Amino acid sequence: MNSENTVAPDNQEDRLPAVRLMASPFAALGKKAIRLVNNLGAAGIFLFLAFAGIFRPKQLVKILHQIYYIGARSFGIIALVSLFTGMVLGLQSYHALVQFGAEGALGTLVSLTLIRELGPVLTAIMITARAGSAITAEIGIQRISEQIDALYTMRIDPLRFLVSPRIAAAIISFPLLTAIFDVIGILGGYISGVLLMRASSASYIYRIQSNTDIGDIADGFIKAIVFAVIVSTVSCYQGYFAHMRTDGHGAKAVGLSTTAAVVLSCVLILVSDYVVTSILIGG
Amino acid sequence: MDTPFIEFRNVTKRFGTLTVLEGVDLKINEGEVTTIIGLSGSGKSVLLKHIIGLLKPDDGVILFEGKPLNEMSRQELNKTLSQISYMFQGNALFDSMTVYENIALPLRETTKMTKAQIDKKVSARIEQTELTEAASRYPSELSGGMQKRAALARVLVTDPKVVLFDEPTTGQDPVRKNAILSMIAQYQRKFGFTAILVSHEIPDVYFISNRILALYQKKIVFQGSPEEFEDFDHPFQTEVIRSLEGLQHELTGMYSKRQFKLQNHARMKRTGESEIYAVLVHTLQKDYLTANAGHRSHEEVLKGVEHCIAEYFATAGGFSTRLKTDEFATVLPYSNITEAEDLSRDFVNSLKNRRSKSDTVIGSQHEHDGKGMDFKLLIGVAQGLPSDEIEAVIEAARSKQKETACLYCDARR
Repeated sequence: MNSENTVAPDNQEDRLPAVRLMASPFAALGKKAIRLVNNLGAAGIFLFLAFAGIFRPKQLVKILHQIYYIGARSFGIIALVSLFTGMVLGLQSYHALVQFGAEGALGTLVSLTLIRELGPVLTAIMITARAGSAITAEIGIQRISEQIDALYTMRIDPLRFLVSPRIAAAIISFPLLTAIFDVIGILGGYISGVLLMRASSASYIYRIQSNTDIGDIADGFIKAIVFAVIVSTVSCYQGYFAHMRTDGHGAKAVGLSTTAAVVLSCVLILVSDYVVTSILIGG
Repeated sequence: MDTPFIEFRNVTKRFGTLTVLEGVDLKINEGEVTTIIGLSGSGKSVLLKHIIGLLKPDDGVILFEGKPLNEMSRQELNKTLSQISYMFQGNALFDSMTVYENIALPLRETTKMTKAQIDKKVSARIEQTELTEAASRYPSELSGGMQKRAALARVLVTDPKVVLFDEPTTGQDPVRKNAILSMIAQYQRKFGFTAILVSHEIPDVYFISNRILALYQKKIVFQGSPEEFEDFDHPFQTEVIRSLEGLQHELTGMYSKRQFKLQNHARMKRTGESEIYAVLVHTLQKDYLTANAGHRSHEEVLKGVEHCIAEYFATAGGFSTRLKTDEFATVLPYSNITEAEDLSRDFVNSLKNRRSKSDTVIGSQHEHDGKGMDFKLLIGVAQGLPSDEIEAVIEAARSKQKETACLYCDARR
């Protein structure tokens, strides 16, 4: 009896490291899950407060300035990318359709692909690369050089001053740039499909007019607005909390935050694209 | 008993497992210049950030005019904190805005002032801080000293009741350091705000401070006047002050006030009871200087004269200290009043066309080419016995001061 009593605790102690070893992946997973939930919650509050700040006084000039920065200055790259996207789409689609004698559907294919999918997604990705990264870097530098703290000491709400105008500008700019992407993309499809591959011009234009309705355009704009909120929130959030990164400090933290903002934005654009598409098709 | 303007009661702050402040108690009085001194990394900036609300204590309370900040309503807290301005160690100027825009920012964003009113106020501050030519330039295009002045102008533009300065002289050369300190002192007198400084510039900060707080090993170990701090017997003195004083003597040839007293005490021990000594008190006419020049030039003159006094009287066996920003005292052992007066006359003559350690040229007023800066030097002489208190002899010399020279200083390198 006595010997059993003395042996049992030793066995338990022997087993403890093994149990810990087996549990460690779950513990790590749990920690990551908690961090993810924390970050999602923080980002949600961040977006809510910044969004509320859009409607405060003295914001109009700052929003117009950001529309110029995020929107107008992205026009060139959006025009270039959309032209070649439309041209490739026109070329590939023509070769696929001609095998079935359905080259008359080229206009429909190009316009619906661009308006429903490629326009909003590629526009969002291009703006992420051009303006999203710059937003993160700019806010991140302001954070590490205490400029955000300085705003607080001047009783200026940093979220209202720095983040709200950017979110408002993104919500306005993304649909506009998406519309430009769609129009120039359709023109690109016309150049490659009609002018180069000799498809029927009348059929291309007629199919676009007859098969594209306002619902398709609205769906594209809804996606653009969702992407605008995602990209601007992720970019601002990463820069705003650059100083809280555990994997780097100072300039390195800003660099890591910028990378994280671009990667996370692109991933979230594609994930949310699927989710929004499912909802829209379901609806 | 009067309620302190700002008070910390048993404030503790931790960052994870690291405790930076532990049971800090301190009091700050209204309308005074209070300087917090301590070693690098001792938590001075952390302490300052608690006052403006950038950090919150883990334990303890902070009271503003007797009312705990943590018990104030949001509106009340905003109103209280809006009376406080903070000048950051790195200035925290917005790189993408011009100096003018940086200074105008708090007015544009937090007040309902018209454009014309803002322009008037900002222009006044720009002029007062001698930044007129830099107003349309970006911070990155300015020198360190100009950036400091721009940050100071931004801090003052809202007419705050309290201004917190986080190491305002960091990264500045010795001349600019003192220029910034004298600028803070001058604006504090002019605008009447309560100034709280974090600084390493010992003993220079003593000249502008009404109170000194010493932060050592997570606690405030001293609160009192600079004079009281001279007699403060604590390991802090050994570790921090003496090493800095040694450096000060090395740089200027002047002793700190504490070293000066010790030197005098040692001299008295060596001499007999009947051995007389003389004390000279030199003053540069401050208002006259300020009226004619900027802070930088003012400080150049002070430094130049400081070097000359230290050098000249050291050769005659004397030792000197800086009493106030513009006042210096020299003890001449074994000299009577007549010998001291002769020496002071010779000193004034030697100042003509003299180049000091800091390369500043000082000379007779009538000799210069109109490009330098004029100033007046007052000297008073008194004699004392070892039994006399040195302060009393200094006071006697001060009361006998008369205009000894009208000089000019050319601080151009």
